[in-house]
Amino acid sequence: MLAFTLRRFLQAVGVMLAVGVIAFAMFRFAGDPVNQMVSIDTSAAQRAEIRHSLGLDDPVLVQFGRYFINALQFKFGVSYQFRLPVSSLLAERMPATLELAIVATIFAMVAGILMGVYSALRRDTILAKLFQAISLIGISLPTFLIGILLIYLFAVTLGWLPSFGRGEVVKLGWWSTGLLTVSGWKAIIMPAITLGLFQMTLIMRLVRAEMLEVLRTDYIRFARARGLTTRAIHFGHALKNTLVPVITVAGLQFGSVIAFSIITETVFQWPGMGLLFVQAVQNVDIPIMAAYLLMVSLIFVTINLVVDILYTVVDPRLRSTVGRAA
Amino acid sequence: MTQPVLSVRNLEVEFVTRRATLRAINGVSFDIAKGEVLGVVGESGAGKSVTGLAVIGLIDPPGRISAGEIELSGTRIDHLPPEEIRRVRGKRIGMIFQDPLTSLNPLYKIGDQIIETIRTHTNLSESAARRRAIDLLAEVGIPAPEKRIDGYPHEFSGGMRQRVVIALAICAEPELIIADEPTTALDVSVQAQIIALIKRLGRDHGTAVMLVTHDMGVIAETCDRVAVMYSGRIAEIGPVQEVVRNPLHPYAKGLMGAIPTLAGEDKRLVQIPGSMPRLSAIPPGCPFNPRCAFVFDRCRVERPEPIRQGTQSVACHLFEPAKETAA
Repeated sequence: MLAFTLRRFLQAVGVMLAVGVIAFAMFRFAGDPVNQMVSIDTSAAQRAEIRHSLGLDDPVLVQFGRYFINALQFKFGVSYQFRLPVSSLLAERMPATLELAIVATIFAMVAGILMGVYSALRRDTILAKLFQAISLIGISLPTFLIGILLIYLFAVTLGWLPSFGRGEVVKLGWWSTGLLTVSGWKAIIMPAITLGLFQMTLIMRLVRAEMLEVLRTDYIRFARARGLTTRAIHFGHALKNTLVPVITVAGLQFGSVIAFSIITETVFQWPGMGLLFVQAVQNVDIPIMAAYLLMVSLIFVTINLVVDILYTVVDPRLRSTVGRAA
Repeated sequence: MTQPVLSVRNLEVEFVTRRATLRAINGVSFDIAKGEVLGVVGESGAGKSVTGLAVIGLIDPPGRISAGEIELSGTRIDHLPPEEIRRVRGKRIGMIFQDPLTSLNPLYKIGDQIIETIRTHTNLSESAARRRAIDLLAEVGIPAPEKRIDGYPHEFSGGMRQRVVIALAICAEPELIIADEPTTALDVSVQAQIIALIKRLGRDHGTAVMLVTHDMGVIAETCDRVAVMYSGRIAEIGPVQEVVRNPLHPYAKGLMGAIPTLAGEDKRLVQIPGSMPRLSAIPPGCPFNPRCAFVFDRCRVERPEPIRQGTQSVACHLFEPAKETAA
């Protein structure tokens, strides 16, 4: 178990190194940052001075080494447009994005599993067919369109929910949360549904397909032959076996949720990392883009690692094969 | 004569498909007495397993019991409401399936699966059920049961898993055990152990056993009586010694001729020409008539009914009802 975890951890470190190289390469190929910082009437000598003060005239390897060491301490340089350290900009925006992603994922998991189980067990009911139709819509409509439709319905026409922003936030140390105020909850409903809808339909379809598969297995037939209650068979035996692949997909999707929050955050003007990133792209603010890339891949890699470990917790077969291999 | 544990009368099972209604079981009748082992043999598709599933009420749609009666110790159990037949399953009828590798849920400890079954059917406490589970594992021959109870199915070998499956089938002291090809998926050395175990359990607890198999060796070794099934009907039923040594039905004769023996090495095994008809194309009259060496006109039009011949009963026009036994 320990050897397995260690091996996976080393793989994760390898991935992060590769991403670091790509992030650094962005500085080299996305134009001269000095031109972005200075005005038209800056003299060549002043430009050279800025270049020297930022260390941009050092050899590439030296620059990469410096970038790498700084990145390890979460120092990603200074934003060109805000003239503030990128790390503090990201830290300020991160709670908003994480809260949105977590609420969206919980919504997707709870609704997806409930709908999936229902439509597998009551396959021929009208409600099950309705769920199937909803899932088709969720999987085929683009995120921004769903967001705009929700805003039109609930913010513009009905006026129940705010169309943008986070509502009132409460500071808990450096973490700002909107989940402790009513206006914060009202503000998060629509973005969370928009962001989680795709994941929800994915989980629902997966749960339905897996559940139907599991219900056909011999151990379910044997469980019935043992006279267990339908309830125990469906929600004890079948559901637990269904959840093994669902954990993987839901876990991996959490990374995508954070990455795709760019679109949702733009539609709802949600003050998170995604919105920051979109602004950075518009202004060629490379330190922010590079740092965002590193952040998202760090989250992805961490989740992968956690999912792998979680897998062995749920499925005893993996536990022992891993133990034997180690 | 005492009341049989299981009594099946004129059982019919149909599968309704879009094209046609297929009759998988057609007028099957048999009894199993307390402590008796009835073997059910036949080719694949003869309806052996479906008969077993019909008794325990596990025929899934589109299949259904369309006629006949199934009585367990005198009470009818076919057409019970789902909740009541569920209480019968596992409690009064235990079932053992073919493949022990897939019969157990891989994510649950075997102990938890046994305890769950015990507690479904009795009102034992968690700890009492656990003690009972350990006793059961010891009874089916699992070494160190107090340790193995916390093992997962994948930590057991095939034979050991089948023992666990048997422990699960007998955990509520059922009156009847249905074993559907319990040894087919096991290797030969383990088969004998499992058969001996089922036989011993049946004897010790007075449990009736319905043993579905296509292995004549297992039948000859284990069973008190044997039913030979062909195309959804019982061709011949009787005490195992009689049916094996002196089969009456031409199909049973062919089946017994196909058993390899060490003594007759130089003889070629007898084959029955042709194969069993598909459910959608069962010929009129006797279903065996296209393959039968003794076929005559009557076989092609009239369906033979079971006829008593001494201790045996055979469904074949070659035999005449014996008049003196009626009195």
